Amino acid sequence: MYRMRLFFNIIIAVLFFSCVENKKEMPSAEVIKNVSEVEVDSDFELEIYNFEGIEKFFKTETDKTYVINFWATWCAPCIKELPHFEALNTNYKSKNVEVILVSLDFPKAYEKKLKPFVIKHKLKSKVIALNDTNSNYWIPKVSEEWSGAIPATIIFNKDKRQFYERTFNYKELINEVEQFLN
Amino acid sequence: MKKTVKLISVLTIVLLISAFTIQNSNVSPGYEVGDIATDFKLENIDGKMVSLADFKEAKGFIVIFTCNTCPYAVAYEDRVEALNEKYADKGYPVIAIMPNNTKVKPGDRMEAMKARAKAKGFTFPYLMDEGQKIYPQYGAKKTPHVYILQKTKNGNQVKYIGAIDDNYQDANAVNQKYVEDAVDALLEGRDIKETHTRAIGCSIKV
Repeated sequence: MYRMRLFFNIIIAVLFFSCVENKKEMPSAEVIKNVSEVEVDSDFELEIYNFEGIEKFFKTETDKTYVINFWATWCAPCIKELPHFEALNTNYKSKNVEVILVSLDFPKAYEKKLKPFVIKHKLKSKVIALNDTNSNYWIPKVSEEWSGAIPATIIFNKDKRQFYERTFNYKELINEVEQFLN
Repeated sequence: MKKTVKLISVLTIVLLISAFTIQNSNVSPGYEVGDIATDFKLENIDGKMVSLADFKEAKGFIVIFTCNTCPYAVAYEDRVEALNEKYADKGYPVIAIMPNNTKVKPGDRMEAMKARAKAKGFTFPYLMDEGQKIYPQYGAKKTPHVYILQKTKNGNQVKYIGAIDDNYQDANAVNQKYVEDAVDALLEGRDIKETHTRAIGCSIKV
């Protein structure tokens, strides 16, 4: 009886170790891909600014056209239009256009919501967070036209600037951006 | 024949006028400080209809466009309740109006408003802007969005438009209580220091 049990245990042990070994020796392509993605993602460091710090993103002396979108993970219409800004960022890179996504998520949501969202959706546009509660001071500095509702977007280059308190589909967004390109 | 032409031209004119009227109300920029605000008759969470005219004793109102589903509005719930507790007896009750399209935001339906008001112990009316007719007249753009009104012989005059205070994240870190300062000024017959302020909020869902 005892010998049988020992034998049984050995078989289980052998099976167990062989499985472990298998995994070690033959990692599937998928596993490698996942691992490398996780490594890339873990590099995502969220830049957090107050308004004074973020103001430098709102002006340029270069020939680039910037599209700055104010959003938050809890803002449904923002999330809906986000893919259009992502597509713009990718498709218009060659035309010297850059999208910056300014998150207005609450600081307590940075780790729990914002970072996981950026990683999950593999956002390619630059994502920065604005944490400045004195919005009565800085909203009019972004635009006198802004009531404070999000989503909101500014498009600018060194010659002109336009503010939009509205949502966009891709075509509408492209139409606006094209007016900044010469 | 003549009659028909006449009828058609009258109809056309009526249509044209109504078309422009509708367009006007859509693009209405809303109230400025000094304007007379419209009254309304909106359903409260207790099923009764509420108008500003019902508040015979009031000296004015703290009208707040707010909702269940906006994190900024939620962050201010306790402060809105505190405003009503502080100022209702002094003649400036809070009147909360939910302006969102509930088809877009089911979390703002009347049942949800009732549940939230009960859970938070709201003592102020929480009204549904049925058909979304009132908020465009005020010019509310987001939740929360405050309009302080003062009763005058001409009607309820807008005295303040904007934010509740200057810190949506932390009630304990507030430096300027815009709404309290404004109502205190009205109660004491002083000028309101800041009559227009801005804060981040959720766009009203149409």
